[in-house]
Amino acid sequence: MSDPRLEALLLRAEIEAFNADYAAALDEQRLSDWVEMFTEDAFYVILSKENHDRGMPVGLIYCENRGMIQDRAFALKKTAMFAPRYMRHMISNLQIVSVAGEEVRARANYITLQVLFDNPVATVHQVGIYLDVFRRVDGALKLAERRCVYDNLLVDNALCLPV
Amino acid sequence: MNVVPGPFSNSKYVWPAEGLTRIPDWVYTDPDIYALEVERIFHGRTWNYVALEAEVPNVGDFIRSNVGPTPVVVARGDDGAVHVFENRCVHRAAEFCRELSGTAKEFVCPYHQWTYDLQGNLQGVPFRRGVNGGGGMPADFKTANHGLTKLRVTTHRGVVFATYSEETEPFTDYLGADVLREFEATFDGRKLQVLGHYRHSLPGNWKLYHENLKDPYHATLLHTFLVTFGLMVAGNKSMMLSDPSGRHGVMGSAKSDAANVTDENKKEMRAYKEGMTLAEPRFMDFVPEFDSPWSVTMATIWPNLIVQREMNTLGIRQIVPTGPNEFIMKWTMFGFEGDDAEMTRHRLRQGNLMGPAGFLGLEDNEAIKFVQDGMIRVPGGEHLVALDPKVPTGTSDSLISEAAIRGMYRYWRQEMGL
Repeated sequence: MSDPRLEALLLRAEIEAFNADYAAALDEQRLSDWVEMFTEDAFYVILSKENHDRGMPVGLIYCENRGMIQDRAFALKKTAMFAPRYMRHMISNLQIVSVAGEEVRARANYITLQVLFDNPVATVHQVGIYLDVFRRVDGALKLAERRCVYDNLLVDNALCLPV
Repeated sequence: MNVVPGPFSNSKYVWPAEGLTRIPDWVYTDPDIYALEVERIFHGRTWNYVALEAEVPNVGDFIRSNVGPTPVVVARGDDGAVHVFENRCVHRAAEFCRELSGTAKEFVCPYHQWTYDLQGNLQGVPFRRGVNGGGGMPADFKTANHGLTKLRVTTHRGVVFATYSEETEPFTDYLGADVLREFEATFDGRKLQVLGHYRHSLPGNWKLYHENLKDPYHATLLHTFLVTFGLMVAGNKSMMLSDPSGRHGVMGSAKSDAANVTDENKKEMRAYKEGMTLAEPRFMDFVPEFDSPWSVTMATIWPNLIVQREMNTLGIRQIVPTGPNEFIMKWTMFGFEGDDAEMTRHRLRQGNLMGPAGFLGLEDNEAIKFVQDGMIRVPGGEHLVALDPKVPTGTSDSLISEAAIRGMYRYWRQEMGL
């Protein structure tokens, strides 16, 4: 089988499944599973569109490797104080940008909805785009880079859980 | 300072008989108190942070900013100086400048194209003489009399402040010698380099943010992360400085080893967890770069500025109040010209501590929300700020103290006439 259209479809399906798993891990607050979705040398940052467009590097969360992502997961589980909440991630509009060897560049829109327990309203906590680099490690796709660029510059109080 | 009596004769605003060890809820929740704060504090005899000079380095560069809730434009004028004026057209009140930042030759209100120069002077009014002999502005209309409302501006070590009042003292006097020393320890003369911004809205009264940083008591109790990794522990070398007026403060601490925590202190800090380690501990490294005994200082500069020097992650936090129950915080993170790529990355990595998603920052935001929630849902109460009775107000040697909060309210009551 070497129909490039079929290969593209398979890759697309694989990344869509990855993003669904990613969303599920965060929605269920299985943060150690979330950590495992990154390569050892992964770069993970959540930055505003304002900073991104101006080439300014400051991010709400800024991780240069999986160790830092793991520290974030650990701190949120063991040390951080914040009101309990439910988050729901919606990931869509996947675009495969390029495929080069083991690396796939892709992008997808995301929305995270937040529910606090004493309020009936689910609020849009973040709306943005994932700018991704996937890499195949032992056959499985992992994130070598995920830049979460959010449009709603004014963050609602605190960003407690990753996006 | 002159104490001007407040406009309230209403018994609604009676301070508790116990004095400064109690703070009534109306201080934080009442819309009329908030309106008076805008008039007397943000529009009064105070220097309000508006920008870093590094954000407007060249003629024509501008950013949108605020003095209290009031939107202003900060622009580098043709004269090379920084100018601050209200972002409100004198014609029909339109908030004309909508870009967060940019470079302009002049400002044009999009509604009727009234134009202003970079200093905020009215330059042009379309069809001022009318058309075909009809209409137009009155013959005696002079553009010189209709400029934008301008504020007085001062800059110190690359930091720009503005005031509505002609009476505000020179900035260095305004800070006082002790707070100025700490300010200049952070802004040490190196040229600043902006690394980016955070913006977030906090559902609490703006003063709670000052109080949080005049409350060293919370640091070891709320911030498990800090304590666990020995960044700050009870018994650390530390200070909680107040200026003589009580309005400004600087919380400082020197990094120490968690291994030195006494068993007695460990017991008091439920947060302390033996043997917790980071996978990437280097992000907590402190690279000495300041002439200061403190590895961490948090300066609260009245009324709207916090200067964060958390080891090597440096930031400005600008308070923009939007009512008694909410404010916006705008952060400007910076390093210095001459930082190499690794130093910049170190500052960014360490930035994980602070900001709306910071290991510490998110906890402060949540705590402030909880406090406001408590006052809104169980109203009519008062806060108890009685720690450290030997120091009624001002600088204390102990971290288990609320003397700096009491000092701030002594000053606030005087300014508010309450």
